Amino acid sequence: MTLTPFVRYSGKCAALPRANVDTDQIIPKQFLKRVERTGFGPALFYDWRFRPDGSENPDFELNRPEAAGATILIAGANFGCGSSREHAVWALAEYGFRAVVAPSFADIFTANCCQNGVAPVRLSGDGIDELLRRCRAGNGAYGVTIDLEAQRVMDDAGFSAAFAMDPYRREMLLRGLDEIGRTLLEEPRIADFERSRS
Amino acid sequence: MTPRTLFDKVWDAHVVHRFPEGPALLYVDLHLVHEVTSPQAFEGLRRAGRRVRRPERTVATVDHNVPTGDRTVPLDDPIAATQLDALALNAQAFGVELFDLASPQQGIVHVIGPELGLTQPGMVVVCGDSHTSTHGAFGAFALGIGTSEVEHVLATQCLVLSKPPTMEARFTGRRSAGVTAKDLILALIGRIGTAGAAGHVLEYTGDAIGALSMEERMTVCNMSIEAGARAGMIAPDETTFAYLEGRARAPSNHDWGRTVVAWRQLPSDPGAVYERRVDLDAAGVAPQVTWGTNPGMVTDITGYVPNPADFATPGERQAVERALAYMALTPGTPLEGLPIERVFVGSCTNARIEDLRAAALVARGRKVAPGVRAMVVPGSQQVKAQGEREGLDRIFVEAGFEWRNSGCSLCLGMNADVLQRGERCASTSNRNFEGRQGAGGRTHLMSPAMAAAAAVAGRLVDVREWS
Repeated sequence: MTLTPFVRYSGKCAALPRANVDTDQIIPKQFLKRVERTGFGPALFYDWRFRPDGSENPDFELNRPEAAGATILIAGANFGCGSSREHAVWALAEYGFRAVVAPSFADIFTANCCQNGVAPVRLSGDGIDELLRRCRAGNGAYGVTIDLEAQRVMDDAGFSAAFAMDPYRREMLLRGLDEIGRTLLEEPRIADFERSRS
Repeated sequence: MTPRTLFDKVWDAHVVHRFPEGPALLYVDLHLVHEVTSPQAFEGLRRAGRRVRRPERTVATVDHNVPTGDRTVPLDDPIAATQLDALALNAQAFGVELFDLASPQQGIVHVIGPELGLTQPGMVVVCGDSHTSTHGAFGAFALGIGTSEVEHVLATQCLVLSKPPTMEARFTGRRSAGVTAKDLILALIGRIGTAGAAGHVLEYTGDAIGALSMEERMTVCNMSIEAGARAGMIAPDETTFAYLEGRARAPSNHDWGRTVVAWRQLPSDPGAVYERRVDLDAAGVAPQVTWGTNPGMVTDITGYVPNPADFATPGERQAVERALAYMALTPGTPLEGLPIERVFVGSCTNARIEDLRAAALVARGRKVAPGVRAMVVPGSQQVKAQGEREGLDRIFVEAGFEWRNSGCSLCLGMNADVLQRGERCASTSNRNFEGRQGAGGRTHLMSPAMAAAAAVAGRLVDVREWS
């Protein structure tokens, strides 16, 4: 699978200032029956976006007018916890998000993001609080640039914060790598390993 | 030589290669596959013209979306049926063994792996499911992965992973009567939080862990992910070996002695260093019940619904307020006595034979309270058959519980077993997230005995007060 490389990306922000957003919320189980990687965007945050009668919930953060067209999600700690369902990342990506910026992420979710060209950007709690403040003040017009090469998040009003990322995951995102193709280059080593154990 | 942890030993034995950027290429001994997280992975192989590298190390079953009612009739959910058909086709096309709905060995993937003896000490086990941590009870390094990684493992039999740090969770002391493995792990998560072990491999140690049966150890390791851990592990010992000996896929008689000698080398060396440590006194643990919308929102059955004002940060206060609004609970309400409408005894956490026996012991000779719908969903068809040999099915049915076929069922509600909006459920499963058991459903996690007692009482009760 080829992915769009993630090098330097600028986009509009939306805020979801909640901690422990689990993958059951990101993509509820009733939408996991598809056998494709597509078709999950409309179900993103379904039980939060829609009321029981199917109408839009105007109070939900992503339904507010200022969140329209956002491609960078700013969220609380431990984002993506719970189930391993990659469908959560497929849904975020299809909805339009290229990056999630949060104080921390669940491990499986982080791996799933990097497999799909979605950047999990880990900023300090203070950095997130400042971004949330600026996002609120921007009233739908706030955007940031995520520079994965320099490992910085910046806006055009003086915000600049560094973030760390596992070098291997970063490389995957920067180059839009096909991880399987890369591992298969090591096939002789895998075969050696198997022989050594038999 | 530097003393090594159990995890260090398993890790070291599986490193195929180290990438210059840091992570290792780790060899996978056992890859478990189910219908929900695999179709896109097989499709990826097909498109790239790749094969499954080691079909003999790959085992599939159907569990997440399967009906738990009558299995002789076709599925009434065409989308679920498509997913089951896709797995059958993929298993056949790629040469993978499949335990399908007609198989007497079908069951929840994390129940059948150990039951068949597929899961063994020292292995690396993966599955596209976060509760793969269950298999760590055998001293395996077992972790959940996403679908792209499922495809990667199918194609290469390896996983790319940076070595996680370790965290020791030491349980000392003796549990009191009525306190189960479920209560130990819920108490730990309550203490350290749902991200308390994030990024770490938990190793559970101490005399209170050594005293657990294999099935109880699986319950503990199963919920490692609910503390955010990459995996949970328990050192193999005589209890482990006794459980495995003679199982269908365990090493044969011929190899058994030699294999056990190797397994005895796995426990952490004296002086091995863990990056972090947490201690918990098992003697101080009471039966646990969750009150909120994540497994860390938990307290003693004798406790009360907390007041958001008592939490330290605005973020926590807001999260508790949101949870209480969703759960329709008022601060200060005693958990004991809270009326429930549904009861679920099942899931990869608590649907093994010992769990069903514990629930049956409470249900025996009693009746499910009027207005309560209670279901027992065995973790596998083999557990179901064993339960029927022991007469547990009759105890449950006479008491008014439904006795169903195996599957994930109401733990995640992908099949017809769901909570209706507003229903409150005493559940032996692992997640009380909003909507987990059905949109608008309210989940209280607890042990099988506590859930069975709640079914009879029609409200949450302290099982220690029951004869």
